[in-house]
Amino acid sequence: MELIKDGKRIDGRAPDELRPIKIEAGPLYRADGSCYLEWGGNKIMAAVYGPKEAIPRHIQDSTKAVINARYNMASFSVEDRKRPGPDRRSQEISKITAEALENVILTEMFPRAVIDVNIEVLDADAGTRCAGITAAAVALADAGIPMRDIPVACAAGKVDGVVVLDLLGDEDKKGDADLPVAIAPRSEEILLLQMDGHMTVEEFDEALELALKGCREISKLQKEALLKKYKTFEEE
Amino acid sequence: MGISSVKKDYLYRLAKEGKRPDGRAFNEYRPIKIERGVINMAEGSARVSIGHTTVLAGIKMDIGEPYPDTPEEGAMSTAVELIPLASPDFESGPPRADAIELSRVVDRGIRESKFIQLEKLCIEPGEKVWIVFIDIHVLDYDGNLFDACSLAASAALMNAKIPNERFEMGEDVPMPLSDPPVSCTFVKYNGAIVVDPSLDEDEAAEARHTIAVDKKGDIRAMQKGLSGSFTVEEIKNNINNARIISKDIRKILEG
Repeated sequence: MELIKDGKRIDGRAPDELRPIKIEAGPLYRADGSCYLEWGGNKIMAAVYGPKEAIPRHIQDSTKAVINARYNMASFSVEDRKRPGPDRRSQEISKITAEALENVILTEMFPRAVIDVNIEVLDADAGTRCAGITAAAVALADAGIPMRDIPVACAAGKVDGVVVLDLLGDEDKKGDADLPVAIAPRSEEILLLQMDGHMTVEEFDEALELALKGCREISKLQKEALLKKYKTFEEE
Repeated sequence: MGISSVKKDYLYRLAKEGKRPDGRAFNEYRPIKIERGVINMAEGSARVSIGHTTVLAGIKMDIGEPYPDTPEEGAMSTAVELIPLASPDFESGPPRADAIELSRVVDRGIRESKFIQLEKLCIEPGEKVWIVFIDIHVLDYDGNLFDACSLAASAALMNAKIPNERFEMGEDVPMPLSDPPVSCTFVKYNGAIVVDPSLDEDEAAEARHTIAVDKKGDIRAMQKGLSGSFTVEEIKNNINNARIISKDIRKILEG
């Protein structure tokens, strides 16, 4: 299968083009903050609870809040049904997601507290960890959690020898490399970085530049979604 | 977590006056919204809201061996996930008794009404049959998960196609179904019996009664839950009310 033909990808995108993204801030009633995000074929719901007292006590940190992120895939979100509950992949993603978010959250304001960040993948088509972090960041802002910045994530990669932005399912499966990146957009510091596949150092430089460009575009959409919710409140 | 005693007193006092905290009549249901086909990866799906409660059901199918006692029938399995996204009181980890009871009551309504025509899901008798996985993800918990999960499961099944193409067995075809069950749940607190409990009412409830009614108005499954009790008269009343209320819900489900 040819992944790139006449400079176009299998879904007709140019190499440096994102899939369509739709972000809604605060769709859930119970959560302290929430976000629904559609990104190509991905559908993600994120919810934040807290800060609240960390229980059991031994998980408390007397100097700062603990960030407890849980990335979970719905059984029906993938082609072959996934057994419910955490597996090694989702536990790794949960860990690096919590670490990336912790970087920007002013955790020292809430000693002995926990902030729960729940990310549910409802429909999956590659790039769910980036979509999850992007949605979780909006949910944290919606919950009013003080942060230095609103994190954003996007992947770049390589398919048929060409460096491309935002891989979809078939490109991820049959492509040469995948590079998910999360940043704090104001300083463009890297909060999460993973890579698998095969890239030259030059290709990596090009892919990272593309991922940063993607992050900048998505960062705007995150802020628009938050403004949309809170501007409506102002007008009412 | 449970309900605070102040709130419980408030609900009790309202109940004595024939009122509910959200102003509904005792036999009044909250607005229902159903969106179908919302998940690309699923064979069928539906997102159902009852008031602020929202659940998402997805159907996946696989080919497997039949159970030895039903060699010419497909199989089904129902699982409700009470994920911590939906409520501060839900914890991660393996399903607890609450989630298992909920899954089994939803399963029973579908199974006993013979909603899925399992005999049409046989590929090779004794060897290969379709297995239908009904997975229900609770997204927002504001009371009455029994009815919300049951409704979402039925709507998702009605939206489902057998994925023949993916298994190189020809074209996809609709799921073989008969008439869906409709579930109606009542809770009792301080002598009042109300339909479609909100979160506060769920937490104040002393006893719960779920009734799955078929299209004719016959009963296909029931569950009494919690440590309180109902009189025989109350049980009969609930069944009568369920037969009436389920007609309106059925219109929304089939509409």
